[in-house]
Amino acid sequence: MQSSEILPHLFRNEYTKIVSVLSKHIGFERLEIAEEIASETFLTATEAWGIKGNPENPTAWLYAVAKNKAKNYLQRNSVFKNKILPELTKSQSESLESEIDLSPENIYDSQLRMMFVVCHPSISSEAQVGLSLRILCGFGIEEIADAFLTNKETINKRLFRAKEKLREEKITIQLPAPEEIEDRLDSVLSTIYLLFNEGYHSISQNKTLRKDLCLEAIRLCSMLVENQITDKPKVYALLSLMCFHTSRFEARQDQNGEQILYQDQDTALWNYDLIKKGEIFLTKATGGTKLTKYHLEAGIAYWHTQKEDTKEKWENILQLYNRLLQLQYSPIAALNRTYALSKANEKEEAIIEAEKLNLKENHFYFALLGELYLDIDNSKSEENFRKAYSLAKTSHDKISIQKKIDQFPK
Amino acid sequence: MDEYLILMRLDLITKDAQPSPEQMQVYMKMYQDWVGGIAAQNKFVGGTGLSTEGKVIKSGQIITDGPFAETKESIAGFITIKAENFEEATNIAKECPILNGPGNSVEVRKVVGVDKTR
Repeated sequence: MQSSEILPHLFRNEYTKIVSVLSKHIGFERLEIAEEIASETFLTATEAWGIKGNPENPTAWLYAVAKNKAKNYLQRNSVFKNKILPELTKSQSESLESEIDLSPENIYDSQLRMMFVVCHPSISSEAQVGLSLRILCGFGIEEIADAFLTNKETINKRLFRAKEKLREEKITIQLPAPEEIEDRLDSVLSTIYLLFNEGYHSISQNKTLRKDLCLEAIRLCSMLVENQITDKPKVYALLSLMCFHTSRFEARQDQNGEQILYQDQDTALWNYDLIKKGEIFLTKATGGTKLTKYHLEAGIAYWHTQKEDTKEKWENILQLYNRLLQLQYSPIAALNRTYALSKANEKEEAIIEAEKLNLKENHFYFALLGELYLDIDNSKSEENFRKAYSLAKTSHDKISIQKKIDQFPK
Repeated sequence: MDEYLILMRLDLITKDAQPSPEQMQVYMKMYQDWVGGIAAQNKFVGGTGLSTEGKVIKSGQIITDGPFAETKESIAGFITIKAENFEEATNIAKECPILNGPGNSVEVRKVVGVDKTR
């Protein structure tokens, strides 16, 4: 690999590791310094590798340079000299050299701790996702802006305010105490899930970016199951859910970026490796006593990996939606539940239930009614698809609804 | 929106009235579909089924087994829902599948704070 190719490849992974380790060492309140040192390290690498060619072990090279830069910074820094160093020498006789530890264990440990810092409940969930993308996943500001369909300034401001807030709250880079772990883990999991959804359901046109978001969410969640403190059943459930969903990633869109409906997907494009993994994680998710929405959603996603349109499949999906809605209402779950009802019970029953949902602003609601009335009352079906069309917001949605309308004789 | 309690009463003691495991499965599906439909309208607040085990404590610290000393109608479960008014709550309760069983009943009560009970 040329240096021009290898650096961007290394950047995403190694940048976040360096930032996490340095922050753990010099404190979250100096996160910017850690970010700056990491950025400078890559800048130095671009220059040096461009002239001398790639080093034998690029990662080790990066760590060595980052370590040196950090040491230089710390020695130059007066706060450190006057306040922290005396403390450090008091508490431990180790030299500064051994302090900055870029061993795989410490990197893992630092990233795990950092995950709990950036997912702290004191900042908004949007900011949690943004900070995770930046600090844990190494995404550029532009990429984050693209994922959120906004501009760089907004993201910069949002991240800046979030970091300020964490500083004010004096959040330390530590894993929460055992009695706190359950609650704090919930906010970490919901951030990971939001991050995942940002990739899976985003309307951003950048497919590579969206897939990366999904894979990063899976990577973060995998880190949690690798640790004894955080390898809870609900974490496995979320991981399983994300594997099942991601397995269909390639099949969900055609070349033009148009959505392909579930029943029309080419199953050859499904990733059976991920489905297998999802099944293993789902088994591990059954250990606990508490059924979470991740368990139920993972169950639903599991049944969607079974392509055969059996009564059993839809009955299972229906029951999982019944319970999911009792746990937490969402309009999308309500609509999906009604569709499952039409498959498991009768279309006529589903129509009665659908009319009760009363989601009159939602184009999916009318699309569902259009679907349910099809072959029962085609004029009502068309009428509902037309309402759906008038409410649809994106051109992609409009195109796929127009196709439905076109099937009716003029 | 107000909250309403729906109490479901069944014969839990007469042997003939007890469903077979297969029937039970059918009933559970009907029940879950009913509650799921309420939840899909964002009108489910909470609730659960109850086991047949129970203790009744009467004035004078008299404790007896079972909630069903004198009646064949004992409370099998309850749910709390959100509804605009009594009429809507009653309409939802009317669709409760346990009403398919003869002798069963469902009671709808408006939930009010303790200070407003009178």
